[in-house]
Amino acid sequence: MHSKFFSNLVASQNFPFYVTGALFLILFGIGSVMFDSFFSLQVFLNLFIDNAPLIIVTVGITFTILSGFGGIDLSVGAVVSLSCMTLAVLMRDTSISPYVCMAIVLLIGIVVGLVNGLLITYFRLQPFIVTLGTMFLCRGFTAILSRDSVPISNDAYSELAFYSFEFGEYFLSLGSVIALSMVVIATLILRYTSFGRGVYAIGGNEQSARLMGLKTDSIRVRVYIISGFCAALGGICYSWIMLSGYTLHGLGMEMDAIASSVIGGTQLMGGVGFMPGTLLGVMIQGTILTIISFQGTLSAWWTKIVVGLLLCLFIVMQALVNSHKNKLMNQIAEGSVKADKK
Amino acid sequence: MASEKDDYILQMRHIDMFFPGVKALKDVTFNLKKGEIISLMGENGAGKSTLVKVLTGVYHKTNGEITFDGQKIEPTTPLASQEMGISTVYQEVNLCANLSVAENIYIGREPRGALGRIDWHTMQKNASDLLFRELGIDIDVTKELNFYPVAMQQMIAIARAIDTKCKVLILDEPTSSLSDKETERLFKIMRNLKSQGISIIFISHFLEQIYTICDRITVLRDGTYVGEYEIKNLPRIELVSKMMGKEVKEGEIESNVDKSIPRDNIFLETEHVTVPGKVKDLTMDIKSGEVVGFAGLLGSGRSEIAETLFGTLLKTSGNIYIHGTSVSVKTPMDMMKNRIAFCPEDRKVQGIIGDLSVRENIILAMQAKNGMFKHMPRSRQNKLADYYIDLLRIKVSDREQLIKNLSGGNQQKVIIARWLATEPNLLILDEPTRGIDVGTKSEIEALAVSLAKEKGMAVIFISGEMGEMVRTCSRVMVIRDHEKITELNGDEISTAHIMQAIAGDYHGKSC
Repeated sequence: MHSKFFSNLVASQNFPFYVTGALFLILFGIGSVMFDSFFSLQVFLNLFIDNAPLIIVTVGITFTILSGFGGIDLSVGAVVSLSCMTLAVLMRDTSISPYVCMAIVLLIGIVVGLVNGLLITYFRLQPFIVTLGTMFLCRGFTAILSRDSVPISNDAYSELAFYSFEFGEYFLSLGSVIALSMVVIATLILRYTSFGRGVYAIGGNEQSARLMGLKTDSIRVRVYIISGFCAALGGICYSWIMLSGYTLHGLGMEMDAIASSVIGGTQLMGGVGFMPGTLLGVMIQGTILTIISFQGTLSAWWTKIVVGLLLCLFIVMQALVNSHKNKLMNQIAEGSVKADKK
Repeated sequence: MASEKDDYILQMRHIDMFFPGVKALKDVTFNLKKGEIISLMGENGAGKSTLVKVLTGVYHKTNGEITFDGQKIEPTTPLASQEMGISTVYQEVNLCANLSVAENIYIGREPRGALGRIDWHTMQKNASDLLFRELGIDIDVTKELNFYPVAMQQMIAIARAIDTKCKVLILDEPTSSLSDKETERLFKIMRNLKSQGISIIFISHFLEQIYTICDRITVLRDGTYVGEYEIKNLPRIELVSKMMGKEVKEGEIESNVDKSIPRDNIFLETEHVTVPGKVKDLTMDIKSGEVVGFAGLLGSGRSEIAETLFGTLLKTSGNIYIHGTSVSVKTPMDMMKNRIAFCPEDRKVQGIIGDLSVRENIILAMQAKNGMFKHMPRSRQNKLADYYIDLLRIKVSDREQLIKNLSGGNQQKVIIARWLATEPNLLILDEPTRGIDVGTKSEIEALAVSLAKEKGMAVIFISGEMGEMVRTCSRVMVIRDHEKITELNGDEISTAHIMQAIAGDYHGKSC
């Protein structure tokens, strides 16, 4: 009975989420045991504050991975950088209100996502290569705007950047609140809208989804628009942290986002994943970084080493889980295990 | 005439459909009356599924018109035809394995709760009610689809189709993975739907099922329309002959080739060999020096049996014996080492390597068998190539000619030469004469017989052309629905008998 419970647990769709959750608790526990002041609510909240841009970008990239057909969006890091630079340049050279600037930036993100989505869907191009192209484009446009770092010195904008929600002695930044809201909204969209279920359906089997009457092309285009929008929004949060535009902002962020998504239980072949899991994926990376900064002597690159190991571990785990599922299915097909009756 | 027209819920006239470079449907007509069950019959590749997909808007016809419910329609997408009232259960289960059972039934039309959100609770309740009420299935609908076996998935697909308010229900091979009991249940549902005035298009390979459930049959062959028939006016044997495009003439003597006589020792034996979905419980033997034919409709599983013997398909149960000793087969190489050679059905895809010379193509299999790195002196290669070019009378300018520049018949001969070079004890020829001129055809037939007769080789000869089998084989195994149904020996072998056996009317003297 005990092993049956375990076997069903492994086969359940939420298993990767449980593993990621357990891993996060273990890592946070290790930090708390090693360092005296580690175990505090603010250290925990800082994970959201420091990683707000990455969380938002990861939400977007998770949509693209879920949608299958090799779904990925490599342009997100470059869009982050383009967003910061656009904001900085607009506020330096014009007197447009910062709110309008942010709207413009979000629009740019949507347009980049739309271009990605249309190219991928209507020309049946590989998402990898299409978004690689827009990645170079956006990075290039950023450098054309300015090759040097451009500081943001708009007062109203700085106020936003330093705005914080305080409760007692703890606080959250505006960016982190937006990031958490995005995770919640995305989770609800994926669970409770037909668009959201359509994303899982085309990720699982696009052909079937089309035959069942879903508008697969429209769903896929919307997925890339969401990713572009999230990247731009992530870019705005990034500019609140950096208060500058620079060509090297957000460099390699797409890779961190993919890693977080996979560690959070999203399967690269599409159709399987749970949005809160990706939040945990980001927080695991953040926790490792925090431990290293508490320790003080280790290089920050150790984060990469640990994340790299975790990534390999999780992909192997996915493979094992899938083969376990196949085995269960074969058993059911052969009738040695009766399909669960209610 | 006018009143008869009113009876038709669906009429498709002069339908043409092109795939790039291929005409898949040529001037096809299809009529469906209100409240009838009709079967679309034809061999694999006859255009049944293509016609269905034209109707459901997956493919787009090039010419022709479709009238549905009194109106001309142009199906553009599956969604559009579904909304018009045409529901389909496709041949392969077309559901999303990563979603729950309930979602697979309701995706795209989920019940909504407050704020337009998907009401999961109602959806799951409706799904289990529907499955239980219509199909008598009681399962956990919150589980992912891939936890259930294919037969169950098929039933779920049917549940989805009948829940959308449809006027025409298309079932494309729904029974291939169902057990007898499940099929019976499906038939009950079909009769029930029929009594409600729903028209059903039922596609199946199983003749028994067609004759149990259908009212009429429309026959297609090679993408063309053969005719439509009342089922009571069409005996099975005639149906088979219409599908194959051959008249049945009783007692015709077709064998004029001096056939080979089997020797005493059994070369290969199989015992209850099964490949799920491909080969069903096959028990047979092949003696040295005999030409054995596998007869059956396209898609009956005759090629799959050949592939199983060669190790490209792997059996899940049963035994294969060679010279009486059990052999384990994991790769084709294992079978090559046991001296079995296989000329596949589609020589363009599986056989020739166009940019290599005739010589290189001939020595390829032998080289593979001996190990890629074992060098064979050029002089020996030349000698071998010349020997087989001469033996099979391959028409080439010289042995270094590129094989892609040869005619189809000569390419086929090169492939046979390639396998003969491995000096096999069993040679499997799958459709060796397809698309070859008549002269070369009879040469290849004669070659098969003479290899058996003179070298004592066992030969398996697979062909869709009955006459060819009758001329060359000393024994014919009739395959239907992936199962060997009977064997014909010696004088029993005639086109008529083979076709009767396929139709299920003839069981042979030996059985």
